[in-house]
Amino acid sequence: MSTTPLLEVAGLDVHIGESHILHGVGFEVAEGGVTALLGRNGVGKTTTLKGLIGLVQRSGSVRFEGEELTGLPTHEIIQRQIAYVPEDREVFAELTVAENLRIAERGDGEPRYDLVHDLFPRLKERSKQAAGTMSGGEQQMVALGRALLNDNRLLLIDEPTKGLAPNLVTEVADVLERMSELTTSLLVEQNLGVVRRIAHHALVLDHGEVVYSGGVDELLDDPDRTRDLLGVGSTSGGGH
Amino acid sequence: MTVFILLTITGLGLAALYFLVASGLSLIYGLMDVLNFAHGVFLTIGAYSTWTASQRLEFIAQPTLRFVVAVLIGMAVGGAFAALVEMLFIRPLYGQHVGQILVTVGLALALTALLQAIFTPDARAFPAPDWMGDTTSVLGANVPNSRFVAIAAALAVYGGLVTFLKRTRYGLIIRAGVENRDMVTALGIDVTKAFTFVFAIGGMAAALGGAIGGAYFTSINPEQGGGLLIFAFIVTIIGGLGSLRGAAIASILVGLLQQYANFYALVGAGDLIVVLLLAFVLLLRPQGIGGKAAA
Repeated sequence: MSTTPLLEVAGLDVHIGESHILHGVGFEVAEGGVTALLGRNGVGKTTTLKGLIGLVQRSGSVRFEGEELTGLPTHEIIQRQIAYVPEDREVFAELTVAENLRIAERGDGEPRYDLVHDLFPRLKERSKQAAGTMSGGEQQMVALGRALLNDNRLLLIDEPTKGLAPNLVTEVADVLERMSELTTSLLVEQNLGVVRRIAHHALVLDHGEVVYSGGVDELLDDPDRTRDLLGVGSTSGGGH
Repeated sequence: MTVFILLTITGLGLAALYFLVASGLSLIYGLMDVLNFAHGVFLTIGAYSTWTASQRLEFIAQPTLRFVVAVLIGMAVGGAFAALVEMLFIRPLYGQHVGQILVTVGLALALTALLQAIFTPDARAFPAPDWMGDTTSVLGANVPNSRFVAIAAALAVYGGLVTFLKRTRYGLIIRAGVENRDMVTALGIDVTKAFTFVFAIGGMAAALGGAIGGAYFTSINPEQGGGLLIFAFIVTIIGGLGSLRGAAIASILVGLLQQYANFYALVGAGDLIVVLLLAFVLLLRPQGIGGKAAA
């Protein structure tokens, strides 16, 4: 594993309307593996991911492989081999599954349909189905499939198990584990079982600031600290 | 019966004109969230460009060929002008509805005044081939050929747009962008190019509407676009913002209702019944015929 951080964030500030959401957030993501971005509801985890790729107005510094990203429009940031899997999937409901994947082709390499269909055979079976008519779990597969279609350097994944049935949580966790072998990931996830299983490093946000940066086990093995920082017990969620 | 047939085909011809304007308007709003009150000017500029080109193309002896070439020039001018408007005036105002309305209304007024200054406010006879003014008998009704041309043009534009939206990558981007613009950007796609492209397509369709409208009404005037724009907006809302199919259905409804009401009720009742239809749709199905309900 390289010692140079893949992603360096410093002084990230986001205001949305009258609300000051992020207060100078700073952290690093090393190359390889999964870094979990944790915190209570509403502390700014989703906003942090959106801020990294410019989907919300922000100030501060976001450096990816040493290059400053904050002056670039979102599509150019993504073209630097970064993929974003949003909270609530945001599949194109009127487009078919095949079209949802096709639109994600970035053109910087051969699209990896074999990989996507290997991980999610259902996407191949239902390629002609409108994505909006699929179940939440299947839509999550579409969202993850879009991200996996290209060869990425960094995956930004926002609550991929949110609202899924327990069996689907396990299925998605399996895929996330496989994805983490291929690409560095920054994962927002409430399910601590999934986090413990696939992440090696944790960042905890509170009131728009990073209040913990360290090992996942170190955090979750300390029930008091987990309850204090995340407001839940360290055994919350499944994922196995 | 012959009157009914004449009214129906004339109504469908009018619907075709509405659709040519409304299709671009609907895509522009659906994709870009832009209320473009200058869209009628694209039609007028298309009409006058076609008219001007027709004067300059007298070396083409065959009137139909001259008309077709003039219309193509008019469409090119309309499309290029629309793209220019997007790049210069709309792009800095994305997400600012009040600014968009002020700028596009201002543009519409200024450009209409400019056209009046150049071409005078008077209507000018439109140089369509003679056969477009002739009639064809349909079950006893003598229907002007310009109605069939308008219907054919609208069908061609509808088919072309559907094919473009379904079969091309740009079309895919536009369909996705109508649903969720941010997510398209988050997939690494430069949506601004698609925005300009949609404006250009809308401008070309409206310009075609201007040329066909010239043949339909036999004359053009600088305020023609503004007059049709009102009904195109109604069609766009009834059809559902961003829905091409909805715009097509709504165009037919509005065109036919206007014709029937003006003849069978009283002259002028057509406009009233269209407004009532709009109110009815807004009450029962606010998202329009082909639109998606707000989440």
